[in-house]
Amino acid sequence: MPPPPKPPKALTPRQLRRAAIHADVPDGQVPGGLAGQLVVFTEELRGEGMAVGTSELIDATVALGAVGWSDREAFRETLSATLAKSPEDRHVFELVFDRFFFRAAELEAVRHASGTPDPDAQETGDQETGGDGEGVDGDQGGDGDGGPPDLDAVRDLIARAIADGASGQMGDLASLAIGSVGGHVNDTGVVGVDVQRIRRALDLKPDADPEAPEDDPRRKGLPREGIREFEQALRRELERRRIERLGELPPARALNQMDRALPTGAGQSLADIHRVVRQLKRRLNTQGHELRGQRRRTQVDLRATMRASLQTGGVPVVVKERAIRPRRPEIYVLCDVSTSVTSASLFFLSVLHALHDAFRKMRSFVFVERISEVTELFEREREFEKVSQAIGRDAGVADVTGYTDYGRVWREFLEQTQDDLNPRSTVIVLGDARTNGRDPAEAAFAQIADRAGRAFWLNPEPALYWDYGDSVISRYAPYCEVHECWTGDQLEDFVTALTSRAVTGQR
Amino acid sequence: MRRIVTAAPETVDELASALRGVGYLPGTRTALVSHLAVQLDKPVLVEGPAGVGKTELAKALAEVLGRDLVRLQCYEGLDEAKALYEWNYRKQLLAIQARTAAGPGAEEAADTQGDVFGHDFLLERPLMRAIASPTPVVLLIDEIDKTDQEFEAMLLELLSDFQITIPELGRIEASSQPIVLLTSNNSRELTEALKRRCLYLWLDYPELEHELAIVRGRVPGLSASFSRRLVEVIAEIRALDLKKPPSIAESIDWARALLLLGADDIDQDVFRDTLSVIVKHRTDLDLVAERVGLRLPQASASAD
Repeated sequence: MPPPPKPPKALTPRQLRRAAIHADVPDGQVPGGLAGQLVVFTEELRGEGMAVGTSELIDATVALGAVGWSDREAFRETLSATLAKSPEDRHVFELVFDRFFFRAAELEAVRHASGTPDPDAQETGDQETGGDGEGVDGDQGGDGDGGPPDLDAVRDLIARAIADGASGQMGDLASLAIGSVGGHVNDTGVVGVDVQRIRRALDLKPDADPEAPEDDPRRKGLPREGIREFEQALRRELERRRIERLGELPPARALNQMDRALPTGAGQSLADIHRVVRQLKRRLNTQGHELRGQRRRTQVDLRATMRASLQTGGVPVVVKERAIRPRRPEIYVLCDVSTSVTSASLFFLSVLHALHDAFRKMRSFVFVERISEVTELFEREREFEKVSQAIGRDAGVADVTGYTDYGRVWREFLEQTQDDLNPRSTVIVLGDARTNGRDPAEAAFAQIADRAGRAFWLNPEPALYWDYGDSVISRYAPYCEVHECWTGDQLEDFVTALTSRAVTGQR
Repeated sequence: MRRIVTAAPETVDELASALRGVGYLPGTRTALVSHLAVQLDKPVLVEGPAGVGKTELAKALAEVLGRDLVRLQCYEGLDEAKALYEWNYRKQLLAIQARTAAGPGAEEAADTQGDVFGHDFLLERPLMRAIASPTPVVLLIDEIDKTDQEFEAMLLELLSDFQITIPELGRIEASSQPIVLLTSNNSRELTEALKRRCLYLWLDYPELEHELAIVRGRVPGLSASFSRRLVEVIAEIRALDLKKPPSIAESIDWARALLLLGADDIDQDVFRDTLSVIVKHRTDLDLVAERVGLRLPQASASAD
């Protein structure tokens, strides 16, 4: 068992972290060998918002002593069992782990073989992508020399691999793809753009293609997951080549916010959505109990206390308190489904409907130019994609232009719900407040907010973009609480506020 | 029957095969973390959806290591008196009364004061029992997320130092180091302090092959191809957005039920009749019947 790590003295953790991120540590500057590297790694985790204590770091080191670190999987699992203590943390851990060791391997390659990059770098790169699958025949290095392989053959090969879910081959296929498509697509220097260009050049689409030949996997459409995996391999390979070319590491990006943002993009998997919903559901279900625990001493239930006192001869030894029950709010949700915010809205609606047990009553509306009630639709359909199709087909919310018309929406909403809105109801609007130059009609909105007990506005745009262009969010802000809502955390905070605030209101 | 194993498993692989030997099929991660728990004497926090074998893991570990399993089932409102120790109030009263009857005296009264808070009047509850046991045990604290935060805080002393402080008696230290497993359904965030003291293991629904092995292990009477079919259907059902997806325990129940009924293939009729074994929610039943049930093969004509 190795001795517990001593925090390196020469550099402060902050410096270490900077050093690791900007990759300007000269040889031997990170003291303490593996333990020192672990400290740097921990610092990166902390930088991404994980709370890792020193005691956990010590645990990790001791645990590594008990397991050994020759096996990559065991090493990774040991670290994650000691450092990452929730499913969310695990997700972050895995991203950081990949980034950290990818960069470490690249840094070594650059340091040792600057000038003659190929054999070394190729090797580390392969290890990185976990090259445990069988290799793929084809022109590996293909940077111009030896003539690019036939593009159609490569297309077929990759489409087939994606359809079969052969993740072990992705790394090799990615370099093959770059080699063969490289001539046709100009290198823009922006990795994300290059990835998309190569993907398009390879004709990888999730949609079914009826014109494809009978046995071609593209005929039925490729699985989205597979395409995403391939894109990741491409990205990694492109980054590696770029490092090779420039002979230095670019500064590390903070974990792409998209990795943790709300699943709104079309490419996001259903599994992600379900995961978020399931978590929210669980939290909400138990939230009432937790509150009862914390605010236990609120009101004495005299009757129950008297009854209990009979056991002790009329002396009220045990004081009984009245239980607090969370109030279940009535909710009216209005969601903008114009193209700019559709997926965010539908996602939000599905979440709320998945949680409908928590509310006394819930009615949902979607709007673009007109408003349409979709409560029933959500009760009937449970699959996210089906719902969005049905809304696009039946709701009839777009009239002529397809641009949001808030004034008309407020008026129609008032007409439909005038008799039902009361101080106990909560109105939630989800939209980007972009009026496309039309009248925002905040007076009508004020009327709605006035009738309802509470009004919230959720804006799926980052606060940075508010009030730029045709966004008029500040015109509505006086009448409601405006929340920024574009990551899972923010959504969860909001849902918590929505249900727990009711308890306070009751007191 | 408990098997006494003389030597504790030394490596991850040994532990994994030992667990397999008692009928628990661990994933690589599970085996690794269990190994760490045994080697480092650290408590393990096991999280995951209901019915993926969190509790079973503790039982299997106890069996492999030849230790007793002490179980504390948590629930809302669980307090120290039920988890740690309690003074035997009635016995104390009786003792005092007996002494008063025997003949009141000033010195004796003072003695009584000391006596009634002795070990004889202490009722040991699971946590205390786990610590005070002369032979090491496996302590399972089940569904820790059901308790409130005060209780969690109380556990901290136990988990980091394996000791309990009783005001009248002083500190009681563990005479043996228990292996502690805490399970949680992740229904609320546990406190950072608690998490920091534990190793973390996230158990999820197993891969298809893994679950197949589990079902085959538990229900050996079912044919290989039929078990595979069954596990595939279960995986399909889990992919739907259900209120309560079927757990491993329910797959096994279903396999047993089908074996009992003598079904030889999962067709629509069989599926409809036995659906309630795996799906336990009214709305889920409809959804599953519609999405999965209709795609199964029609019952053969002879069945009608």
